[in-house]
Amino acid sequence: MEASEGQKKILLQGNEAIVHGALAAGCRFFAGYPITPASEISEILSVKLPLVGGTFIQMEDEIASMGAIIGASLAGVKSMTATSGPGFSLIQENLGYACITEVPCVIVNVMRGGPSTGLPTNVAQGDVLMARWGTHGDHPIIVLSVSSVSECFSVTIKAFNLSEKFRVPVIILSDEVVAHTRESVILPNQNEIQVFDRITPSVPPEWYKPYAENNRGVPDMAAVGDGYRHHVTGLVHDERGFPTQQPKEVEQFLNRLHNKITKGFSEIVMTKSFEMEDAEVCVIAYGSVARSAMRAVKDARMQGIKAGMVQLVTLFPFPRKVVDSALRQCKAVIIPEMNMGQISREIHRVNQAGTRIIKHNRIDGHLITPSEILKHLISV
Amino acid sequence: MLERAEIIRQEYLRHDKKFPHVWCPGCGNGIVMNALLRAIHHLELPKDNIVLASGIGCSGRLPTYVDFNTIHTTHGRALTFATGVKLAKPQLSVIAVMGDGDATAIGGNHFIHAARRNLNITAIIINNNTYGMTGGQYSPTTPYGSKSTTSVYGHVEHAFNIAELAVVAGASFVARGTVYHANHLNTMIQQAIVKKGFSVVEVISNCHVQHGRRNKLGNAVQMINSFKENAVPVGKAEGMTAADMQGKFTIGVLCDVEKPVSTEEYDRVRQAAQTEASRIAEEKAKNGVKRYEE
Repeated sequence: MEASEGQKKILLQGNEAIVHGALAAGCRFFAGYPITPASEISEILSVKLPLVGGTFIQMEDEIASMGAIIGASLAGVKSMTATSGPGFSLIQENLGYACITEVPCVIVNVMRGGPSTGLPTNVAQGDVLMARWGTHGDHPIIVLSVSSVSECFSVTIKAFNLSEKFRVPVIILSDEVVAHTRESVILPNQNEIQVFDRITPSVPPEWYKPYAENNRGVPDMAAVGDGYRHHVTGLVHDERGFPTQQPKEVEQFLNRLHNKITKGFSEIVMTKSFEMEDAEVCVIAYGSVARSAMRAVKDARMQGIKAGMVQLVTLFPFPRKVVDSALRQCKAVIIPEMNMGQISREIHRVNQAGTRIIKHNRIDGHLITPSEILKHLISV
Repeated sequence: MLERAEIIRQEYLRHDKKFPHVWCPGCGNGIVMNALLRAIHHLELPKDNIVLASGIGCSGRLPTYVDFNTIHTTHGRALTFATGVKLAKPQLSVIAVMGDGDATAIGGNHFIHAARRNLNITAIIINNNTYGMTGGQYSPTTPYGSKSTTSVYGHVEHAFNIAELAVVAGASFVARGTVYHANHLNTMIQQAIVKKGFSVVEVISNCHVQHGRRNKLGNAVQMINSFKENAVPVGKAEGMTAADMQGKFTIGVLCDVEKPVSTEEYDRVRQAAQTEASRIAEEKAKNGVKRYEE
């Protein structure tokens, strides 16, 4: 594909494309801590952010990075951090704070082999359920995944938009293969890119209730220093932002927190289907594995097998409807993952039709190859 | 005097449903809050421009009661949030209120790095030698030999000297006061807020309910009076021997130095980035070299 007027065709690495996407979405603050295989995101942003009047800071650890991006976002600046497994563990504490205080921010986790220090330079998808459930307490969160350099760009923009719109932290799960793959991508002109900014209050400060229910379920957000003095706390709070333990207020608040995501389901859930029209067997995949799955489906079609693929871009909230219809349509579904089966648990959960599910798990630090998936497609 | 107290009450306290506060009768936190409000009032800082961040614990509740932009963050992390706010909006006055466990145990790393980084932030650390809210466990400033709910046989570890820790970590301004010396505290908080760079005010305070009770230090009045007896002004302490200083501590300004403030230094980074970008652009135009990306 060729770039048209105003577009740019360039060779980029996945991590670089995330930077391009973040800047295009309006990210102007980044705090991070060095970690393989995410460090390029920090390095490139330390060069690019000051150029656009933004701020880069390297903090003392990932706990601090997460605190700093929440602080900057409270001050009205779109913010991001990027890390990998061990740092992602540290981020969990303040991630919960961002959930309960409804502070928009984007967290990139370039997944590597775990647990612990694990396989720092190898690929894995072991943090999927951690991204959903890592921080304590029931909390709403959005988790997106990327499978190519071009998605690194587009999904990052989407992540910022969803985060701003729903006032919720958004996690982008990348992985070592996507992060370090170089591909040529076409970057759209800035004016072709849809950018959503958080809605700020239009009422006079004395009328402002920072956590009041409205028809979107997402309160307007005032930045500190803009005249709307209010209290922000990680304690469960009433609509004015002050701590409360009144059962009615607590329930109302937590319900709103979850309902705002449920209401936005159709906008948040993103999947891609390939050759699914007449598929009798399909692969459900995400991240770099989706690339192998795509190749495997093409090869299977060459052999006359009616194969298809569903790629999950949004992992949480879980794309239940699309997965459900794929399960009903196909006689078997193959789920290749570079973990012990984290998304396949979700798929089992929605498998009302009792369709045959074949897990394919690889945890040796290497990417699942097309031929491994093709074997399954042939055998069913 | 009464008039000023009334101004402070009307002007700076939140009146909608936030009182009574959570602190025990006789707690030093109220004196610190008062000193802070008087300092802000004296400096005539607009309320909209003040960001007050806190961590977790009794001290963490302080921002709830006052009418600024207030952020009650996670345990030990107040300074990390403050860092983000300050960098995003350098024109705001950012103040962090923390406790001893908050700032120097769970938040110890953030504390020393904030001092080293030297952003223009003010840190007020209320040191009552214990974790009061959770029931009186030993903290990094619990004295050797003291009893707490987790050191009933006497504490075997040694205490941090918070102010001195801040000095060696690189803070621009460090002072220590007590809740007995309330006016002095107000003056030092003013100095700390005005000071460009990372400034620290350690406030020796009383937790007669937890620390005091278990160590037979008396009631609130007796504990606060003991601060009067044991506090030695910095200048006077210089002429005293270690033996004379036994059981005593210094109050006053421990450190006041001028060094580049990183909030402002970052503007230089932005300029350097612009200069480098235009140099690359010129080079490209001159040589016709196609770099992979501008």
